[in-house]
Amino acid sequence: MTEDVHIEAELFSILKSVPDPEIPVLSIIDLGVVRSAYLRGKEVFVEITPTYSGCPAMDVIGDDIKTELKKHGYIPKVKLILSPAWTTNWMTEEGKQALRDYGIAPPMDATSDKEALLGNKRVISCPQCESKNTRLVSQFGSTACKAMFKCEDCEETFDYFKCLT
Amino acid sequence: MTNQNLIHYIHGIADNSMILGQRISELCGHGPNLETDIALTNIALDLLGQTRSYYQYGADLSPKDITEDDVAFLRTEREYKNVLLVEQPNTDFAYVIVRQYFFDVFHYLLLKELEKSKNVNFQAIAKKSLKEVSYHKRFSGDWLKRLGDGTEVSKQKAQQAVDDLWVFTDELFHMTKDDQVVADAGFGVDNSTLKFEYYATVKNLLRECELQIPEVEYFQKGGKKGIHSEHMGYILSEMQFMQRTYPDMKW
Repeated sequence: MTEDVHIEAELFSILKSVPDPEIPVLSIIDLGVVRSAYLRGKEVFVEITPTYSGCPAMDVIGDDIKTELKKHGYIPKVKLILSPAWTTNWMTEEGKQALRDYGIAPPMDATSDKEALLGNKRVISCPQCESKNTRLVSQFGSTACKAMFKCEDCEETFDYFKCLT
Repeated sequence: MTNQNLIHYIHGIADNSMILGQRISELCGHGPNLETDIALTNIALDLLGQTRSYYQYGADLSPKDITEDDVAFLRTEREYKNVLLVEQPNTDFAYVIVRQYFFDVFHYLLLKELEKSKNVNFQAIAKKSLKEVSYHKRFSGDWLKRLGDGTEVSKQKAQQAVDDLWVFTDELFHMTKDDQVVADAGFGVDNSTLKFEYYATVKNLLRECELQIPEVEYFQKGGKKGIHSEHMGYILSEMQFMQRTYPDMKW
């Protein structure tokens, strides 16, 4: 995450407990979609940004945030913002590790990603067996934010969380 | 520049994404294989998401109390200002890919300029969309190469699609009066400035996979003025069915 994210301390743990509906091992904080959370009395103002424009999870994320905050007695207001546009750089290290443990290869830095997608270098490690001997099957995986890869060693297909910078 | 100019400009851009998104989503569950099926529906979803941002911005500017849904579901054919290219049918996979590639290259160039707009909403939507469209362009370009440089049959089908769809490319660069006003104000893009790079890029790829570049003197136009091909009515009747049948229904 970048420094320009402002989340008030007492809201942090509540928001951290809200999972991404499509990748439940990932908290919305670790995903980097929460851009700010302010407290005004009992009212909470939360700004979230979509990973992809058409991400169908955004409505659910908004509702989940509201439900969780209401449970703690707050009056939530959630706003969707587009700028600055989300990037995979906002994903925390903890988030990347959670992805790996879940069987999804986390986003690499921009250069390696480009090389991999162009098929020049096989740099995406298999999250199952860590082999670097993998190939791109499709630029789009089970969701818009993922690409599909296959490991040539353990022969498992896996999702790769695409790098977006 | 009035709000009306701006609203028309917004619809001009957004309607392309809306109608192409609707077209590709027809392939959901009908793609030639699982990977391309998923890829195409993901692209449709990106386009739909982008459309929502534009429509909602247009609805906010409108003097009437409307939302993005009114803009999508309650406008008639003549009020839709998308180019003819995006409403062309999914004849076969080659048509789907060629139509997509012809649009993606334009879309990419447009957004690269739109992100420099003086209007913060356009900047934000363009910056966001550009990341997505880079993937679209890579997907359709890679497939076009594979088809053109593939078997004899794939080459012949790709060539057929290129020949048939080429006549729709020129309209991408036409400017309506509203487009011009909004471009002059520094909010919009002068599409005619994109033409050179567009054809250079597209022709390069066609040469690379040894497809013939069509030679035509007459290009089709009309969509940007609301004069559509016969396919458009069918798209809208399917897309707008629920709102027309059960007015004001909500999820």
